Amino acid sequence: MRTADTPTSQNSLSEHCLELTDDFTSGEVNFIKVEDFKFFYGKKQALHGINLEIPSRKVTAFIGPSGCGKSTLLRNFNRMNELIPGVRHEGDISIHGTSIYDPSVEIIALRRRIGMVFQKSNPFPMSIYENIVYPLRIAGQKDRSVLDETVERCLRSAALWDEAKDRLHESALGLSGGQMQRLCIARAVASRPEILLMDEPCSALDPIATAKVEELITELKKDFTIIIVTHNMQQASRVSELTAFFYLGNLVEFDSTHKIFTNPAQKQTEDYITGRFG
Amino acid sequence: MSCRTAAPQNFFTQDGTKTSVLRLFRNRFLTGLCIALSLLTLVPLFSIIMLVVKNGFPLVSVALFTQLPPPPGLEEGGFANAIVGTFIMVGIAIVLAVPLGILGAIYINEYAPTSRLSAAVRFVAKLLTGIPSIICGVFAFAAVVMTMGCFSAFAGGVALSILILPTILLTAEQALMGVPYAYREASFGLGATPFQTIFRIVLPDALPAIMTGVMLSVARAAGETAPVLFTALFSANWIQSLTEPTASLSVLIYNFAALPFDYHVKMAWSASLVLVALVTLTNILAQIFFAPKHR
Repeated sequence: MRTADTPTSQNSLSEHCLELTDDFTSGEVNFIKVEDFKFFYGKKQALHGINLEIPSRKVTAFIGPSGCGKSTLLRNFNRMNELIPGVRHEGDISIHGTSIYDPSVEIIALRRRIGMVFQKSNPFPMSIYENIVYPLRIAGQKDRSVLDETVERCLRSAALWDEAKDRLHESALGLSGGQMQRLCIARAVASRPEILLMDEPCSALDPIATAKVEELITELKKDFTIIIVTHNMQQASRVSELTAFFYLGNLVEFDSTHKIFTNPAQKQTEDYITGRFG
Repeated sequence: MSCRTAAPQNFFTQDGTKTSVLRLFRNRFLTGLCIALSLLTLVPLFSIIMLVVKNGFPLVSVALFTQLPPPPGLEEGGFANAIVGTFIMVGIAIVLAVPLGILGAIYINEYAPTSRLSAAVRFVAKLLTGIPSIICGVFAFAAVVMTMGCFSAFAGGVALSILILPTILLTAEQALMGVPYAYREASFGLGATPFQTIFRIVLPDALPAIMTGVMLSVARAAGETAPVLFTALFSANWIQSLTEPTASLSVLIYNFAALPFDYHVKMAWSASLVLVALVTLTNILAQIFFAPKHR
């Protein structure tokens, strides 16, 4: 397990990242810090003491077989899991050095600073325009020019502007599956969050739509810290700089994506990567 | 290859002729039966409408909608006061029952779906839907008429609101349940409060279904006689205040149909026609007005 070899993997992580990108030092190495985090659905324990440090402005992929806890951990970063009755956690998660479970943290403010994209695209049954300005409207923004500007900015950053600019006031449910997912990404970045959580964002998309979303992820990492859960290992290797492999509620290995996919330290990781199980 | 050429010619027709004929016959017979039974369900509806139109239409005139009922023996006048009375009492019922029903549904479905209070509310509402309408009348008589000391439009409205409250609550709950969980998840994920999620996302999406429930209850309330009969009583005059006996279409039908005067019986038929037309019109308008905009 990772806890046993923390110092070494920490070093190798930094080394590999330095190899990959020059500006690594400009980001925060331990932007998101998970410390001995355990999570329970009722009596069932889903996460067993996770320790993890996620750097800022990087794409980090969570991989692992179904039920390994990767989505559970992802949904704890913005405390979405708390909508489910009967859950509890132990340990801590901190962002920018502040615990997200600190009593002073407002859960609403937390979620506004952490965008989330879900497995199945979930635009509201409203116009494209209203979907994107929803995060602003709930924050009390009424200025028309700000709203208009946000719609254009977000649609552009989600590479959807050209396709949607002439139908902003038409129903979002008339878009194609891939467009809907990109709309959800546009909506997720509307409140200018710092972190973008993506829970298998391409699992319901065809290869062309997937390619577009992946391109978008690469584009977005300039401004956001992205954590993506994926079942698709090619996807993880294509879009991410760092990869965490989970198995049965444990973090087995966390390292640069290059290292994980070419020379994993753990046997389990290698077995999973090479398709021997999972 | 040889297998294919050797395939029987009647591959897609049936092999055993006896069973295939039987199956074909049974299939057609059951389809025919279903069509016949579907048509049969339309018979009562259309016979009612035809009867009401046939008997009620001849008397329809402007006077019917503008004048007061004539005293027995006279043969001119209308039932404008009863139309107004029905509108007012149904209006009171809507004002009392709709907010309560919808807010109650929001509580039991959104805020505390698993609490004991919610379970109790659900159970009681289901019981109340089965309560005979006359019991609502008796209750409103005891609770409102006796305490206020007069028959009134208000008492009639209260009786009708008790009648429709459980239906509105339960249909609104169903409507809220029909809103995909993904919408709530998306809204919470964007940092919305439960209040914002409910009033900006969930409720607008559930509104058409909620309004269908409301309209069905209102249509029922407009035609109910028993709850109004001994709470609002009847009046041959225009309504002056909410605290005096008030005419309604349903009680007018009930009263006039039993009178030995030909003109009054005809007026009862016309009142039936007007009642059916009003309810239908309201339903159609609601369907148009509350049709889902984004689907």
